[in-house]
Amino acid sequence: MARIVAGVGTSHTPAIGAAVDNGKMNDPYWAPLFEGYEPAKEWMAKTQPDVVIMVYNDHVNAFDFKIIPTFAIGCGEEFPIADEGWGARPVPIVRGYPELAAHLVQSLVLDEFDMTIVNEMQVDHGLTVPLTLLFGRPQAWPCRVIPLAVNVIQYPAPTGHRCYMLGKAIARAVESWNEDLKVVIFGTGGMSHQIQGPRAGLVNTPFDQAFLDGLSRDPERLARIAPLEYLRDAGAEAIELVMWLIMRGALGDKVEEVRRFYHVPASSTAVGNIILERR
Amino acid sequence: MTASQPTEPYEDIPGTWVFDAERARRGYHLNEFLYSLMKAENRKAFLANEPEYTLKFKMTPAQRAAVLERDWNKLLDLGGVSYALAKLAFTDGKSYQFMASRMTGMTEKEYVEMMQKGGRSPDGWRSKAERRGER
Repeated sequence: MARIVAGVGTSHTPAIGAAVDNGKMNDPYWAPLFEGYEPAKEWMAKTQPDVVIMVYNDHVNAFDFKIIPTFAIGCGEEFPIADEGWGARPVPIVRGYPELAAHLVQSLVLDEFDMTIVNEMQVDHGLTVPLTLLFGRPQAWPCRVIPLAVNVIQYPAPTGHRCYMLGKAIARAVESWNEDLKVVIFGTGGMSHQIQGPRAGLVNTPFDQAFLDGLSRDPERLARIAPLEYLRDAGAEAIELVMWLIMRGALGDKVEEVRRFYHVPASSTAVGNIILERR
Repeated sequence: MTASQPTEPYEDIPGTWVFDAERARRGYHLNEFLYSLMKAENRKAFLANEPEYTLKFKMTPAQRAAVLERDWNKLLDLGGVSYALAKLAFTDGKSYQFMASRMTGMTEKEYVEMMQKGGRSPDGWRSKAERRGER
């Protein structure tokens, strides 16, 4: 049986990827951030998942405005790296797991989550920066990755509750796959940030810390945070945090927090990282 | 009868344009222009002759003028979404951080300093009504 063993929450700020790609990891600005991710990298090297389900959002790269899927699963063999406007990141191509992705789609739709199937798409920093943060700079990514893209660009994003319930359905889908696989699910984006308008630069550390606390202590409360509350209290782009609730929903009732890191800033973003193991 | 929409509660947030269905509708051709800048050859063509390149897209004259002037907040108001606008900043060799700083009216240096001190506090930035003393 395939099993989700843990969840990783992490920001996916593009400037983090640029810092790695341009060799700035030891700059005074960036060093504390990358040091803060070292234990998470070590954890990942020990855990060695077979498959990562990467819950992330596209930033007008795979999807322009012709089609905007709320939930989309990448079912292809591989996913090339997008040129977002400054050239594609020099990272390995992302290998998918079409058989398992097809099973997830089938199970989720029958479980009343109407996923969009995407057979070909490019992946952007939303997916590659979390891989870089947790796996470093390998020649090839050490596991297969199933991209699960969530619309958080055009309002409204799916609610936190909907995301939390989707996570539970993903766990059921994974567990009905008849192959011994170790799966780690990522929820990415956030934490508090706003990158538009005169209010850009907003950071709300108490909100972020309460969110990190709630992931293990009271995820049901987090699932009830209204869209307006994210926008008002944590910045227009903090709505990305609903993607962490998909990750949390997929872990079941009991989790243990084994790693937490919080750092301000990376560019305009408050960066958070958490690792939750299933118990 | 003209179509009108109810005022959404998020319109009360100061200094913020929430990219909702109405803005997406108005900004569609602007955002498709911005999306075209994902391709290196298009970035080159745009920089070679900006006014001519923008004519390939069904933008309004106001949207076109705001593109040429890099009037970032105006572009948000006219339906641009920040992630698409960033492609214009990247085409200019600038970063998200640069674009965000322009939107706040700060220099990039001032903006970076604000972020390094922990960012902008939400206090005073939650509600236009609160700012007017109505709540």
